[in-house]
Amino acid sequence: MRVMVMVKATKDSEAGTMPSTELLEAMGKYNEELVNAGIMLAGEGLHPSVKGTRVAFDGPGRTVIDGPFAETRELVAGFWLWQVKDMAEAVEWVKRCPNPMLGPSEIEIRPVFEAADFGDALTPELAEQEDRLRDKVAKR
Amino acid sequence: MAATDTHHVIETVFRIEQARLIGGLTRMLRNVSLAEELAQDALVIALSEWPKTGVPANPGAWLMAAAKRKAIDAFRRNKMLARKHAEIGRDLDDERDASVEDIEAALDDDVGDEVLGLIFTACHPLLSPEARAALTLRLVGGLTTDEIARAFLSNEATIAQRIVRAKKTLGGAGLSYEVPHGTERDERLASVLEVIYLIFNEGYAATAGEDLIRPALCAEAQRLGRILVGVMPDEPEVFGLLALMEIQASRLGARTAPDGSPILLTEQNRARWDQLLIRRGLAALARAEALGGANGPYALQAALAACHARARKAEDTDWKRIAALYDSLREVMPSPVVDLNRAIAYSMAFSPEAGLTLIGEIEKAGLLPNYAPVPAAKGDFLFRAGRLADAKAQFERAAALTRNEREKAFFLKRAAVCNGE
Repeated sequence: MRVMVMVKATKDSEAGTMPSTELLEAMGKYNEELVNAGIMLAGEGLHPSVKGTRVAFDGPGRTVIDGPFAETRELVAGFWLWQVKDMAEAVEWVKRCPNPMLGPSEIEIRPVFEAADFGDALTPELAEQEDRLRDKVAKR
Repeated sequence: MAATDTHHVIETVFRIEQARLIGGLTRMLRNVSLAEELAQDALVIALSEWPKTGVPANPGAWLMAAAKRKAIDAFRRNKMLARKHAEIGRDLDDERDASVEDIEAALDDDVGDEVLGLIFTACHPLLSPEARAALTLRLVGGLTTDEIARAFLSNEATIAQRIVRAKKTLGGAGLSYEVPHGTERDERLASVLEVIYLIFNEGYAATAGEDLIRPALCAEAQRLGRILVGVMPDEPEVFGLLALMEIQASRLGARTAPDGSPILLTEQNRARWDQLLIRRGLAALARAEALGGANGPYALQAALAACHARARKAEDTDWKRIAALYDSLREVMPSPVVDLNRAIAYSMAFSPEAGLTLIGEIEKAGLLPNYAPVPAAKGDFLFRAGRLADAKAQFERAAALTRNEREKAFFLKRAAVCNGE
């Protein structure tokens, strides 16, 4: 299964405080371990939300909102995409991550939807409909 | 935390650590069966200790230390191995008092080597490809015997016996369990790559409705490929194989219709191809080429897969490049099936007649008799050349030769179209 592993923002990361050399080294080593274990598919760090923008949807309405955004703990500061056997394996790997922030911080693991997860809810008819839709999008 | 949860955590930690653990122990003890037993002993100790103490900060080093203590006990009991006892036991006793940090550092130092040594051992050419695959999945992948049996549509007893025999063969061969060097390394590496691709193809051959462990073999093979490029960053064919698997896997979600029937590559909905895997595959291919391995059999097959992956629409496919790649592939990997695919590429790149000429050569050489894809391809060339009656006969022959009901229906449908139906 694939999981998205999200490093949550903190006051420091939102303030744009750069990580120490020690942390960069520890993170580099950790990333190497992930690669050597064959589980890492992708990963990136994100700029603080002051450089971000949101688009809010309300029916046909679209409102563009520039950062920074207030709810720091809910913001994502970086992410990985991993291929693991199960959630338990992902949790074990996250536990081995050096604390990515100066102070207390949080990492969230979310499984990525796979076609099999839809189970019976994705009937052949629905799957076909989705195919047609994707076809149309692709042709546009 | 409930005891069962703790056990699940410990088993997960063990699964992550076991390849390193067994690899390190194998090299130390020169005995893969004993190494696996000791690793299991260490797991049993962890299952009794960790629920009380919590999972240690460095579980890998902890498990290795526990296994080593067990190894010393075993050696002390076994007088037959008195010499080794003196030799290795002394080393182990010295290490026993070393701080965890030292053990940790020692483990980290040859992490790659230990896992790599284990992969080379499990994929030793002394063993049959099937035995190599089972042993690799067991020792490196951490799959249970039952999982391997289900994955290969076999039964547990057969697989268990296959693994036991394989370990016995390795044990009797007096191997060094080191990563091989020089020309031996090339031969042994070919054997490793063959096994990984075998595992991948077994997963790729899985059909809808089968046990999910089967398609999971693709992910397992990709993981092995990714581990291998990490520890052998200078071997172009390792990158070639990884590129081939990543690109082929990118189409897993697009290759079957909702009713389970296969969809031809050119007919697939390319919006469903996994772009992340394609990018990873193309990057691995570029690395293989940069290392001077563009003409390796896996790199060439990856380059072929990449031609399709790069085309956003089937019409955009660079068939001339594909034809040229098949010219190269048949040089390094001569096979009538490669020749058949080359004929198809020529028919697309140049003309149906060009395809007919090449397929005529295959027939003249008497290769691939009674192989349904030959008349199927020939029928397609003839159809496109406007020779409908000849095409119809070929499609009917293909339908008569195939054992796959879905394929049969497909060929009969194409035959019917030749009648203008």
